[in-house]
Amino acid sequence: MGIDKKSEPLNRVDGRAKVTGKAKYFAEFEVPGVTFCVMVTSAITRGTVATINTKTAERAPGVLAVFTHLNMPAIPGWAEQGNNSKLPSGGEKYRMLGSNKILFNGQPIALVIADTLERAQHAASLVTATYNKAEHNTDLLKNKEKAAMPPRMGDYSRGTDKDAHNTAPVKLKADYTVPVEVHNPMELAGILAFWEGGDKLTVYAKTQGVKSTQRTLASAFKIDEKNVQVHSEFVGGGFGMGLRTWPQEVAVAAAALKLKKPVKLVMTREQMFTLVGYRPYTIQHISMGATQDGQLTGIYHEATAETASYDDFTEGAVSMTRFMYACPNVTTKYRIVPLDRGVPIWMRGPGEATGAFALESAIDEMAYKVNMDPIQFRLKNFAETDPERNKPFSSNNLKEAYQLGSEKIGWAKRNPAPASMKDGEWQVGYGMSTGVFGAHRGESTCRAQLNPDGTLVLQSATSDIGPGTSTAMVQIAHEVTGLPIEKIRFELGNAAFPPSGSQGGSATVSSVGSAVFDVCTALKGILTEAGLTFDNGTVKPASGKSESLQDVLSKQNKTFFEVTKSSKGGEEQNKYSMYSFSIHFAEVRVHPATGVVRVKRVVTIADSGRIVSPKTAASQMIGGVTGGIGMALTEEGVIDHRFGRFVNNNLADYHVPVSADVPHIETIFIDKPDPYTNPMGSKGMGEIALIGFSAAVANAVYHATGKRIRELPITPDKVLSA
Amino acid sequence: MNQFSYVRVTSKESAIAAMAKDKTAMFLAGGTNLVDLMKSGVTNPERLVDINKLPLATIEETKTGLRIGALAKNTAVAENALVIKHFPLLSQALKAGASPQLRNMATVGGNMMQRTRCHYFYDTAMPCNKRNPGSGCGAIGGFNRMHAIFGASDKCIAVHPSDMCVALVALDAIVTVAGPKGERKIPFGDFHRLPGDTPQQDNNLQRGELIIAVDIPFNQLSANTHYLKVRDRASYAFALVSAGAAMQIKGGNITDVRLAMGGVAHKPWRLKEAEAWLKGKPATEENFRKAAELSMAQAKSQEGNAFKLTLAPNTIVEALKTAAAQA
Ligand SMILES: Cc1cc2nc3c(=O)[nH]c(=O)nc-3n(C[C@H](O)[C@H](O)[C@H](O)COP(=O)(O)OP(=O)(O)OC[C@H]3O[C@@H](n4cnc5c(N)ncnc54)[C@H](O)[C@@H]3O)c2cc1C
Ligand code: SF4
Repeated sequence: MGIDKKSEPLNRVDGRAKVTGKAKYFAEFEVPGVTFCVMVTSAITRGTVATINTKTAERAPGVLAVFTHLNMPAIPGWAEQGNNSKLPSGGEKYRMLGSNKILFNGQPIALVIADTLERAQHAASLVTATYNKAEHNTDLLKNKEKAAMPPRMGDYSRGTDKDAHNTAPVKLKADYTVPVEVHNPMELAGILAFWEGGDKLTVYAKTQGVKSTQRTLASAFKIDEKNVQVHSEFVGGGFGMGLRTWPQEVAVAAAALKLKKPVKLVMTREQMFTLVGYRPYTIQHISMGATQDGQLTGIYHEATAETASYDDFTEGAVSMTRFMYACPNVTTKYRIVPLDRGVPIWMRGPGEATGAFALESAIDEMAYKVNMDPIQFRLKNFAETDPERNKPFSSNNLKEAYQLGSEKIGWAKRNPAPASMKDGEWQVGYGMSTGVFGAHRGESTCRAQLNPDGTLVLQSATSDIGPGTSTAMVQIAHEVTGLPIEKIRFELGNAAFPPSGSQGGSATVSSVGSAVFDVCTALKGILTEAGLTFDNGTVKPASGKSESLQDVLSKQNKTFFEVTKSSKGGEEQNKYSMYSFSIHFAEVRVHPATGVVRVKRVVTIADSGRIVSPKTAASQMIGGVTGGIGMALTEEGVIDHRFGRFVNNNLADYHVPVSADVPHIETIFIDKPDPYTNPMGSKGMGEIALIGFSAAVANAVYHATGKRIRELPITPDKVLSA
Repeated sequence: MNQFSYVRVTSKESAIAAMAKDKTAMFLAGGTNLVDLMKSGVTNPERLVDINKLPLATIEETKTGLRIGALAKNTAVAENALVIKHFPLLSQALKAGASPQLRNMATVGGNMMQRTRCHYFYDTAMPCNKRNPGSGCGAIGGFNRMHAIFGASDKCIAVHPSDMCVALVALDAIVTVAGPKGERKIPFGDFHRLPGDTPQQDNNLQRGELIIAVDIPFNQLSANTHYLKVRDRASYAFALVSAGAAMQIKGGNITDVRLAMGGVAHKPWRLKEAEAWLKGKPATEENFRKAAELSMAQAKSQEGNAFKLTLAPNTIVEALKTAAAQA
């Protein structure tokens, strides 16, 4: 049983609260007696703190405490986890303020807590430290020989001719670079923490997973999960940086415990570059072979990415290559290089976006080498079934998507020869690419409460970092029950609600939505038993019955009906290969004299099953493409490796795209239900909106200029020097 | 941020007096640069002298040109009818700078006095001769993609980041400043300086002097102007290279021309040699290219900004071409 009709576009149910300021973000909660925490961070990249002078800071007005490695309260759960991280990173574990060791630049060396933010900031400027500097390595290019296979991702290989990519009649060998990218959501990270007694902790957090934050804090302080309250109803963007509860957030809770006062930390923009993860700098080598008539014979794809000395961060940079094309011989390798850097974390589209830049650029290069249209080349090598797992796809409408997209952008009307089209002085180029991401579904639980006035409240401990989770959930409940939108409320961002996974990996609608679907279906069953039914937007006596909802409730001595349901995928998860697909088309202008690239028009098509919430889904695609424009043209976290420090850690110098960089983005949905993913027939959208987009732009730049730029971002200097 | 005191003054005299009293005092105008510098600990004034109430925000026509008060907001200047009519290049340059919110706060005096955006200058954990003389130049051998190709020294290779100043230097503006010893005038081209051995000094304003106004003499160059700013994103980014061009063209010949560049030197970079060479010649792309090449004779790049040796002349040519093509 599922939903078979198309969804109506719905405005965000919390849109009004957001634009009127009624929606509260973690830093805005007012707790009586709150104190303010400011972090002092390391000016060196590796070594030890030799001396740290906190005397002047401690005497500054309003200061309550200065914590350093010398007096930081112990965090019991951390101590238990041993001191060394696993190989291949293998370094000493990062324990914030647990010792005088410095493992990366920007690591906190002191927490200053005062009665006002300004006083804390001032006191923080009075903390001075001396260091014993050790030599550091932050440059992946200079440390390639340390590349090692991460325990969480082995090499992949299929086919009988491992060397096919080298021996094919047409060969391509190319290296692609994706720089450090930093999530930089508008809202700064941090936490507000306070205790009742020594064992009940409440936090207002910026997190993509209230349950995971609850677990992290409970295990750090060795208290019962039930005793950790986590609130995070509104989050001002995450893009992945909120998938962990970071050490400084745990440390703030420890300070609050010690001081017996609420403590609030709001990080600085600069600290957002070093303490909440980033997309790792990744170099990729692709070697590809094909026959003269465009049949792929072999692909070799190796990605080498940075990680911290204390954690083996691993992501799916080579995943797409394993199954995307019907190529008989494929080998992929993923390597990590431990460096003196903070640990990376998934950033929107995660590794797949990094990998898709390389693969989809290489596919375009190969198409030109064999003289084929890039879409024809993809169709010629189309994988009807998943060649990695040897399973059918649960659904795959890519062919229709290629067709629709080429019509919309006018693909056939372009002159395919590179550097052949002009608009005044500007060179014109068209490029396209494919994006793909697993259509994941996790276990999720939802509680439904039907009130006597016929309003329905749904609760689940999930998060909303911006995609409009509540809107999609209300829409699902509306479709199952027929209740009008205004009568349904979905509540999230509270760890006390029934458990759900974190908002990541494009899985929220599929996972939580299924729980909403199931719980609403169960509620229908309960009503039937009680002689009631959902009828035309209200709860009515079933046919032949006469008692109203209120009558039944009072007769049963209840104030409301309630039901909680847990939901997860079944056998079908093993039978089918489940992916969500996207196709991006970009039309660019390149100015040959200045090297400036402008994205002029975008058509983006999502094959992501049935679209549950068309309006927020379109927003999701627009946001993803905007991130993709940043990845393609503007975003790069630059480190001066002599110092191991960022040299553009602010929003003036780290260039996220501004409105003038973002043209009209036409979003198209195939909108066909997937028969197997979940009861809604939906597949995820958050990642595919971005994955591959940078390759579409790079391919368009090639079409415009005849220049292949294999290192992101494509800034004017690279175009000029290519 | 350090603790500081704040005083608001209402006359030029009291402003100058307030500065004379306190060696660490600084004028506060729009605050869009100074407050950032204070937050990052680069500049630590103990007293702020707020000059926003001084009657220096007017834009008026004089017998010989336009007089723009030092406190006129960047937005007000960019949108002023007299400015657009007589000196469209100035309006274009201003609009290419920063963001509307910043331009609404930023003043003409503050824009001239804004400090370099070199990151090593802003990060107190890094060496920088401009911030801390003798500590070394972090940008040399480091991240210097944005840095100077003209007039740099082995002490400092920073650029002045202003767009407005490129137009003002091209338009032969005159700066009036007032200090304890009275008023004096400084030609715009002499206002900013090259780093030499004292990069800590951005310009030739004496400590305690107040910028009063900028005068731009009338010219015949308003028909053919263009300000081209090449940057890493379409808006809200500093120039990799920018070029301002204003020409008078009669019968296809250039009878008068002004040309200047931004993002290439420690000061807005006027191209007088190229101007002289172009004067009297036909307004053709070929001539523009020759003038651009002439402008590059003294250029010297760093490891990270060699692309500017190509980008700068191309930007000059494009600016001249676009200016010449105006109706
Ligand atoms: C994110 C960002 C992006 C920007 N992008 C650009 C850009 O693309 N192009 C560009 O040109 N600019 C850009 N700017 C810089 C901006 O133009 C300057 O910050 C602004 O012009 C400074 O003016 P203000 O009035 O705010 O000066 P303030 O910050 O108040 O003062 C700056 C300095 O000038 C001194 N001062 C001010 N008025 C006087 C006076 N009358 N006499 C003597 N001294 C005085 C102050 O003492 C101080 O030292 C950007 C700024 C930011 C923050
Ligand atoms: S270029 Fe100038 S401002 Fe930049 S680090 Fe060197 S001395 Fe400092």
